[in-house]
Amino acid sequence: MAALIVSRIGLATIAGQSPTYKLGRTPTADEIKAWDIAIGPDGKELPPGRGTVERGKIVYAEQCTRCHGATAVEGPEAPLVGGKGTLNTKKPLKTVGSYWPYATTLFDYINRAMPFDRPTVMSADDVYAVTAYVLNLNGIIKDGDVMDAKTLPAVRMPNRDGFVPDPRPDVGPHKPKTGG
Amino acid sequence: MHEQMTAPRRAFLRLLALGSGALAACRAKAPAPLPSLLGAPISPYGERSPFVHAARQVSDRSRTPEQASSLTPLADTYGVITPSSLHFERHHSGVPKIDPDQHKLMIHGMVDRPLVLTVDEVRRLPSVSRIHFVECSGNSGNGWQPTPRPTVQGTHGLTSCSEWTGVKLSLLLDEVGVQKGASWILAEGADPAKMTRSVPLSKAMDDAMVVYAQNGEPIRPEQGFPLRLFLPGWEGNANIKWLRRLKVVDQPYQTREETSKYTDLMPDGTARQFTLVMDAKSVVTHPSGGQKLAGPGFHEISGIAWTGRGRVTRVEVSTDGGATWKDAQLQEPVFSRAHTRFRYAWDWNGQEAIVASRVTDETGYVQPTREELVAVRGVNSNYHNNMIQAWKVKADGSVEYAVI
Repeated sequence: MAALIVSRIGLATIAGQSPTYKLGRTPTADEIKAWDIAIGPDGKELPPGRGTVERGKIVYAEQCTRCHGATAVEGPEAPLVGGKGTLNTKKPLKTVGSYWPYATTLFDYINRAMPFDRPTVMSADDVYAVTAYVLNLNGIIKDGDVMDAKTLPAVRMPNRDGFVPDPRPDVGPHKPKTGG
Repeated sequence: MHEQMTAPRRAFLRLLALGSGALAACRAKAPAPLPSLLGAPISPYGERSPFVHAARQVSDRSRTPEQASSLTPLADTYGVITPSSLHFERHHSGVPKIDPDQHKLMIHGMVDRPLVLTVDEVRRLPSVSRIHFVECSGNSGNGWQPTPRPTVQGTHGLTSCSEWTGVKLSLLLDEVGVQKGASWILAEGADPAKMTRSVPLSKAMDDAMVVYAQNGEPIRPEQGFPLRLFLPGWEGNANIKWLRRLKVVDQPYQTREETSKYTDLMPDGTARQFTLVMDAKSVVTHPSGGQKLAGPGFHEISGIAWTGRGRVTRVEVSTDGGATWKDAQLQEPVFSRAHTRFRYAWDWNGQEAIVASRVTDETGYVQPTREELVAVRGVNSNYHNNMIQAWKVKADGSVEYAVI
């Protein structure tokens, strides 16, 4: 322990204490790699691996059915499929297929947070696979399509253009003027 | 030779014998020992009175005990500070148990000097303390339809106010050196769901903080122990709890929480995204749903008002269902982006009355009626309901949910 503390202090004075307050140290490449799991919309952080719809069906049955239902609509947790064309109706149904703007979010979220009670048990391959399966159930990719770091960011979700920036305040004297 | 017992000595000994006998007799007849009149002893960490019962309630939109919310009993709190044990909760994967000696804060990405800090190191940095509210943007979501709830805890309980202590995020970002082209920060928590949100760099450099203390002691586990990202006036979800990482980036990362959730569906089917600031809002907490007024006469109408855009400047109260409004008194000092207590002296004549409050903030924004808000947003946006709330005081003193 003492040796570790000494070597760590040594490392800190060499490698990156903050300039003004001389606190902290530079993270190691391994430390960053272990935590740097966020996948942005261009997918450049997607890991190596691949998944088929067929493999996804198996993974889904093992990991997802118990909360999302046998065909991803039964629940008891959120339905993952359906709701197409309902967003501007009295009873909108927001699902991966009808609402999510980016397919990369699906990989990011499943990878970090699912299954609900045991997140991060799935390999990258299996996350690609179950992502492919959910996209396929929603009719967004075909049965034979394979999801990987190249193909996933290229998937264009049906509701990609469905989001607008915050226009508030939207009531009262300061609300944006509409029309001409 | 043996000692002759003198007469006085004999008398003394006799007296002693008599006395001890009498004493023995006295003891035999003594009444039972009296109970102590002393109160409870000192203790290491106080409890409230056993006669006080206010408690958080599970929100009925909770899916499991870990993917759940608990509501602050607003009608049972005083002033502007919410007791830490009653601060509302909203979790997506339960409350992790984190050893502060093992926890780290990593700041990396588009920075000159990536940094990893221990909790102790964060606490050593120059600190600030601020009083601010937190509100879940899903608060009052049941008001869109509208769906009556019996109490103000049920209608408005996903908001609380504390004094937060920590370090300015701008100080941390200056230490790491933000690179040109950076425009957002991805903030990530150490809960099992690893909650993530994208935060505009402008807010990060403004009044954002990394906090470690709440109301004078280390932040509670339910509010993010040991470190939390704090964005004054912005929706609760973005104030990432159990903060472990800040990555400086050049675009929003479109996380699940800022796409699938926390986006506001409009009647035309489009959805507003990054609706981060909390609009001005107020609610009367006394009299409020479920209470019973003792009878006509003096009652102090009281409640809280707040805005994510700065300071509350005015609260008006109506006792006739919104037909007329009178100014209430604001508790001083009025803090920016914090709960503000308002009070109004009311002489109740015993007849049915519909009571409501309406806040104006420093931008001139006035809290809207249900009608005004729904005209713009429809009823399916789910988030950011800040409409005026009313309570009907019936002739018998009972109070129930009302819509004006």
